[in-house]
Amino acid sequence: MMESFTAVVPMLCVTVAALAVMGAEAFRARGENLPVGGLGIVGLVGAAAASVLLWDRNAVSFGVIKADNFGLFVTMVLLLVGVLTIMLSAPVVGRDGLPKGDYYALVLFSIVGMIMMATANDLLVVFIALEILSIAVYVLTGIRRDDPQAAEAAFKYFLLGAFSSAFFLYGIAFTYGLSGSTRLDRVGAYLAAQSLSDDPLILIALGLLLVGFAFKISAVPFHMWTPDAYEGAPAIVTGFMSTGVKAAAFAAFARVFLSAFEPFSGDWAPVVWLLAAATMVLGTFVGVAQSNLKRMLAYSSIAHGGYLLVGLVAANEVGKAAILFYLLAYAVTNLAAFGVIALLGAREAANDELRDYAGLWHTRPALAALMTVCMLSLGGLPPTAGFIGKWYIFSAAVGAGYYGLAIIGVLTSVVSVFFYLRVVVMMYMADGPAATSAPVETPRVALAALAAAVAVIFYLGVLPARILDLAVASVATIF
Amino acid sequence: MLALIPLFPLLGFLTNASLGRRLPKTVSGAVASAVMVASFAVSVMTVLDLAGSPPDARAIEQVVYTWIASGDFVLDVTLRVDPLAAVMILIVSGIGALIHIYSTAYMQEEPDGEYARYFSYLNLFAAFMLVLVLGANFLVLFVGWEGVGLCSYLLIGFWFKKKSAADAGKKAFVVNRIGDYAFILGVLFLFVQFGTLDFQRLAGMAAALPPEEGVFGALSLATLLLFVGATGKSAQIPLYVWLPDAMEGPTPVSALIHAATMVTAGVYMIGRNAVLFSHAPETMTIVAVVGALTALMAATIGLVQNDIKRVLAYSTVSQLGLMFLAMGVGAFGAGIFHLYTHAFFKALLFLGSGAVIHALHGEQDIRNMGGLKRDLPVTYWTFLVGALAIAGVPLLSGFFSKDEILYETFREGHTVLWLVAAVTSLLTATYMFRLVFLTFHGEGPNPAPSHPAPSHPAPSHLAPSHLAPSHLAPSDAPSHPRTVAPSHLHDAPPAMALVLVVLAVGSAVAGYIGMPHGLGGDNQLAAWLAPSFEPPAGARPAEAEAGPEGALELTLMGVSSAIAVGGILLASYFWLRRRELGAALARRYAGVYALLLNKYYVDEVYDAAVVHPIQRGSERGLWRGFDVSVVDGAVNGVGAIVAEGSAILRRLQTGSVRAYASSVLIGVVVILGYYLWR
Repeated sequence: MMESFTAVVPMLCVTVAALAVMGAEAFRARGENLPVGGLGIVGLVGAAAASVLLWDRNAVSFGVIKADNFGLFVTMVLLLVGVLTIMLSAPVVGRDGLPKGDYYALVLFSIVGMIMMATANDLLVVFIALEILSIAVYVLTGIRRDDPQAAEAAFKYFLLGAFSSAFFLYGIAFTYGLSGSTRLDRVGAYLAAQSLSDDPLILIALGLLLVGFAFKISAVPFHMWTPDAYEGAPAIVTGFMSTGVKAAAFAAFARVFLSAFEPFSGDWAPVVWLLAAATMVLGTFVGVAQSNLKRMLAYSSIAHGGYLLVGLVAANEVGKAAILFYLLAYAVTNLAAFGVIALLGAREAANDELRDYAGLWHTRPALAALMTVCMLSLGGLPPTAGFIGKWYIFSAAVGAGYYGLAIIGVLTSVVSVFFYLRVVVMMYMADGPAATSAPVETPRVALAALAAAVAVIFYLGVLPARILDLAVASVATIF
Repeated sequence: MLALIPLFPLLGFLTNASLGRRLPKTVSGAVASAVMVASFAVSVMTVLDLAGSPPDARAIEQVVYTWIASGDFVLDVTLRVDPLAAVMILIVSGIGALIHIYSTAYMQEEPDGEYARYFSYLNLFAAFMLVLVLGANFLVLFVGWEGVGLCSYLLIGFWFKKKSAADAGKKAFVVNRIGDYAFILGVLFLFVQFGTLDFQRLAGMAAALPPEEGVFGALSLATLLLFVGATGKSAQIPLYVWLPDAMEGPTPVSALIHAATMVTAGVYMIGRNAVLFSHAPETMTIVAVVGALTALMAATIGLVQNDIKRVLAYSTVSQLGLMFLAMGVGAFGAGIFHLYTHAFFKALLFLGSGAVIHALHGEQDIRNMGGLKRDLPVTYWTFLVGALAIAGVPLLSGFFSKDEILYETFREGHTVLWLVAAVTSLLTATYMFRLVFLTFHGEGPNPAPSHPAPSHPAPSHLAPSHLAPSHLAPSDAPSHPRTVAPSHLHDAPPAMALVLVVLAVGSAVAGYIGMPHGLGGDNQLAAWLAPSFEPPAGARPAEAEAGPEGALELTLMGVSSAIAVGGILLASYFWLRRRELGAALARRYAGVYALLLNKYYVDEVYDAAVVHPIQRGSERGLWRGFDVSVVDGAVNGVGAIVAEGSAILRRLQTGSVRAYASSVLIGVVVILGYYLWR
């Protein structure tokens, strides 16, 4: 009996932490300041320890949660995202007057949903996980209740999310109707037997599931909600959802399409090809035209979703491993970049226009340097994590014969450097007020988180071999 | 050991980047220069070590660690010194060290923080450049390639308060991205073809293939893409337009990055892949023709420019063209030889011009100079040596290398290209001595020549138009109009003078290492470099080096000497003895003059044909067009169901949510439609 619980231990750790945060908040004396963020980190670290212990054991709980190495790799990425988010949130929550208990509890609950999504082995569980994380994230988007822009963003996100969830659920229903199961292994067995059939119902199921995932990873043309939601949410929440949600959704996407629906890859690969190309091109070229940093990074994260899709299309061993590596590289980098934006904001002014960064080097040299590294990594310049990630993705595409995608990918990443470097140029080579309204002393916790993130960025860029090996080993066992 | 060479400047960068704001100027300058000297010392030791081995075994390799391992593709971070890399590290660390020392004096007027920022960029540049030349495979080279580009933009825009400097940095960036795009594709292409990115293994594999004679095969395509990358970094047609504007950066930067080192990366890259290129004769022809055309075009532009640094910038473009010509005709050794001598005299000329600008407090227009010979003797005499060297006057370094290029071009049967190169040489001597005579000779500021209505370059995003005579804003150093009377001018301070003298000596004698057989030398440089341009031992084709054709070589040498002297005489006639003639000539051929003064209007054409459409396309087309209005518009058509059917959406009345939802719906309809009706 106990054996069947092993695979959900990481999730349980985080859930307990989340409940503890809620409880602490409920019984808190008025005015008392509780270290609930620290509580959350304890839970996340516990979950990470559990994940390490579960490595290579392929534990399965209740038949629907499968803690294989692939899921655990993504879980670790998500836990890292969680820890960094909480550390970077510490100064922001107090400054912006966010409801502390609610905030951390929601972050933790959405991480539970993300982990569940990454390890789910059943379409319905994927859906439940999707809803757990989505609802928490909708609320987080609008957590600044006095800000009409945030409320609008949350509402848009919620409406469109519900819309796309309906498509996803519809796809699950079709799949169940065809195969009589929602378990991925049974669906896969059914589809493998039908691999030569031309049943339109299978393709409808495939198409609807594809739409559901495409929405969550904000692939073009399902990306419309992204810029508004990302711009409206507090910067640190944007960082959290642009990395955590994307990683979790991508893990489930890859798992469903590379295992259960693998026999029909001839049918979905061309569509995903097109989505990838459109996503990279639109995300990049529209990003160039933005003058608001958050909006610019929103389009940038759309484009990064496109690169991940390239790995999915390539679907060879390198491609699958590349997805995992890229998820890690992107998550750390993007979160750190949004962390800098969050730290530079103030309650009354977000300070997230590009011109607010003019001359930042003079007033906040450390933040400027950290931001520079993030920008170079997002742009894929060596020797950072982003470069190795892109190289890996593109060589997977070339190896699988997708020259067109590789050419588009290189083109867009070359163009994208234009807007990343614009931030660097602003910080170092322009005179301006440079967000003077924010406190010039950067809080220690947040600075430590940023320094850790930058260390990871360089580690992945300079010594990527270990993590690459892990990624290769993670995908080898399951697909 | 090899890793130390780039590591020293990297340490300098880290020191100045982290502590620089708190360090006094003397310390940050000293640290930055010391690490370069250390790097040079290690380079010298390495090269001596290398020279001790037999010619066939001259390669030192250091596998730093395994960088990427994916499946059967393993990529190590490997540094390798072979004869070619040896020449390059000596140039980069040696000239680099000199320019760091020069900069300590030149940048003295900057505030502490800026001073350290300058040196941290400069050190970082040197580190990346050394990685570029030491890398044993394309990916390590690419690390350096991108890194030097980054530092170059940062340094061009160093005086960002000046709009022209910021614009120039942006232009360099955009143009280089185009080149980089082709370069990355070329690298990916090679990777697909050969499954490796190591230079030696690539050379070995390519050597086993027959040359792609008459067909445009995979190798031709890959090398052509690489060459397009090289035209970006090394400022050749069609991507040369950024280099002249790059002169907005501090003058020592122009000397180090935009003359002596970084811009030679493209030439180096072709030399590094000599075997690949020589198996793609189609590409080689393109390289040679592009090089020759660039050389000629830039030389003609250089003839009429009035900004001292711009003349030198176009001269750099032109000389790089000659190097590419050499590469294209297969004379890799001659190309690298010229790269090496050019590094000396071009660094010298730029630093000399820096000393002039420094003395004149920012004046850069040669029409406002003249007679500086008296007041700036050190600058004058060293500059003169540099000018004589670049003009190709016999027995100075430029003579040997340029002559070798001309000779090899002729010998390979490219008579037309030889003629182009010979005319370029004549023009080179002429414009260089126009510069010398107008700057240093005569009596004080030249009488303002009447200009046949020079049409000013239209203001544009990418064309810093500071050339317009009405706007003589000096683009260097804190600028004031020239207020100091000529007699109170100060010659270069000791640190700068020392560097000028060292470089002058180098410019004079550096060529003797490659003294041709025809003059009784034994061209040691060519022999030293030869192993680098051949496939790794074993696969070497048994092609005996054709014996030197002494008579032909001597004849051509005579022709080159006559060209150099003729060019100088021409310049002295027009700009020394009968100055009014130049103006008269300009009036007579007003059209040609305006065409040259405006650099063939290439900037304007690029702006109109490429830059504006892209900007407009990205801003209006994709964002406003697709993301905002197309989808909104579509609501009225396809998305009518959503608009009519959803009461919630209608009550919201934001419009955009409807648009977003209909975008999702369109996506669903298209995907399902594709599945059902394909």
